[in-house]
Formats: sequence, C-alpha cells, structure tokens
Amino acid sequence: MKIMLITLAMSLVTFVPRLLPVFIMHRLSLPAWGSKWLKSIPYAALGALIFPGVINIEEGFPLIGLAGGLSAAILAYLRLHVLFVILGSIAVVIFLRMYLGVY
Amino acid sequence: MHKDNDALKDFKAGIVKAFPIMIGYLPIAISFGIIAMQTNLHLYQALLMSVTVFAGASQFMAVNMIYLGASGAEIVFAALVLNFRHFIMSMSLMNRLKSIPVRWKAFLSFGITDETFSVASADKDIAENTSHFFVLGLFAGSYFSWVLGTLVGGLLFMAIPKGISESMSIALYSMFIALLVPAVRKQWRFGIIAAASGLFNFVLSRWLTGGWGIVFSTIIGGSLGIFLMVEEKV
Repeated sequence: MKIMLITLAMSLVTFVPRLLPVFIMHRLSLPAWGSKWLKSIPYAALGALIFPGVINIEEGFPLIGLAGGLSAAILAYLRLHVLFVILGSIAVVIFLRMYLGVY
Repeated sequence: MHKDNDALKDFKAGIVKAFPIMIGYLPIAISFGIIAMQTNLHLYQALLMSVTVFAGASQFMAVNMIYLGASGAEIVFAALVLNFRHFIMSMSLMNRLKSIPVRWKAFLSFGITDETFSVASADKDIAENTSHFFVLGLFAGSYFSWVLGTLVGGLLFMAIPKGISESMSIALYSMFIALLVPAVRKQWRFGIIAAASGLFNFVLSRWLTGGWGIVFSTIIGGSLGIFLMVEEKV
C-alpha cells in the first residue's frame, strides 16, 4: 500500500511539469528572443544528455563510452540510418569490453 | 474517411520513428523489471510504476530508495527534482506543436521523456506542423516498449547475460548523437549550443545530481541560442 501511494505521488510530480507548459505556451505569445531560446533547447538538452553521461557507461573505463560515442558520431556523419548507428556503437562497446576484459 | 486514413498513416509513421527509442528502452526497462524484483517489489508494483510514471532514471532511483528504506516524501521529492527537466523540454515542444489542439497536447504531454522529446524536436524529418497522430504513434511506441520491457524483466527476474545488456547502455547515447549530428551538419550553431551545454553539465555534475545538472545546462546552453540563432525567414 505504501509503495502504491509513493508510486502515485511520483506519477503526479512527474506529470504536472510535463503538463503545465501546454497551458503556459497556449496563452503566451513569445518575443523573438524567447522563441530563439526555446528552439535552441533541444540541442542544449542533447548536449547535456550526451555529456558527460556517455563516458560513464562503464565505471572506471571512460574510454569505452568515449569510443562508443565517437563511433556513433562517425556513423551518423556518414549518414547511416540511426538503427545502424546504434548497432555499430554497441558492437564497438562489446568489442572493447572483451578486449579490456571488463565484465 | 479520407481523414481517418491520414490519421492511421501518421500514427504508423510515428511508431516507425519510435523504433530506435524502443530498442534503447527495452534493455533498460528489462533491467528495471529485474532490479525492482530484486529489491522485493511485486511485479504489479514495478509495472504500475512504469505505467504511471514513465520516467526511467527516477524509477531506478525510487526502487533503490525504497530498498534503502527512504521515506515516501524523500522518494517523491527526488522524482520531482530528477524529472523537472521535462518542464523545460515540454515548454520547448509545446511551443513547437502549435497546430495541435490543446486537449491533445495535454494528453500527449504525459509521454515526454528525454528521448521522445529529442526525437520529436530534433529529427530532421519531423515538420513543425506535424499531426497529433504522428506524435501519438511516437510516444505510444516508446511507452509500449517501456511497459513491455518492465514486464519481461520482471518475468525473467534473473539477469540476461550481463555483458550484452551492459554493452547496450550505449544505445540511447548513440541515438542522441545520431539526432545531433545531422542537425549540426545543417546548422553549426546547434553544435556550439550542444557542446557548451555538455561542458556546463560536465562542470555542474561535480556538484549536482543528474537531474538538476541537465536542467541548468539546458537552460544556460539554450540561452546561447538567443545570441547565436538568426531570425528565420518565413
């Protein structure tokens, strides 16, 4: 019962911040700088989501995440489909983990 | 009749766009299911959490804190802090999806995660006037994978070969990178914004926990765009 209540409270505090902007943005007409800011948010978020998280995927081996991330960047730069970008980087990480004896 | 066909087509296209997210979510959700079971939650409790919260990091943190005997208030507050970044992301996305009716946006907002937000905002094939059925497909596919993975993990209970599941931790990062690279190829400014934001987060992560670091880095990094971005011609 206690876990049930915690879960429901969690869902509430997670949903409300997702929901509020629907009504905020509906009423608000933004100045130019505001809309430039919000349009830049996805790329800023991507930067913060990728780094430094990517180098921490293997504790004590930042090079594994770095190599995986770099190989993803190279594959994406070669205009490969995102699924191949993902599979390629997984292959690199599996190889490096075996090579370095991480498990 | 014609309109219904369009709706279905958009919905399917959204699910196809969700494939990379689904692949990334599945192993994480499976591990969540397994860990939740290992920390003595019932399968239905793990499932309920995935169904009602749908925010990975905070769910892992919650089961960990439950296991450590933290109070309910602490756990809920941690979830609020960790997930507050979705507020900023939702502001950006809702500003972009102007053509979608408000009641649809209210419903769809439940599906905003780091990954669904990133694809919905940064994928080069997704136009600003995209339909709500497309977004529904994208979010529903991701949600389905998350809930299904939790169920599978709970049923597996014992670990999948550890080496494989851990190598897949790169998957979501690769997807983020695959979204960022084409955007940077088109607009170098996006690269500067992303690099600055990543560096901010690197510095902030020494003092702040994951959720707040991402919130502040995104706000600061995004504000660089005010000076860098050129006004779009209509």
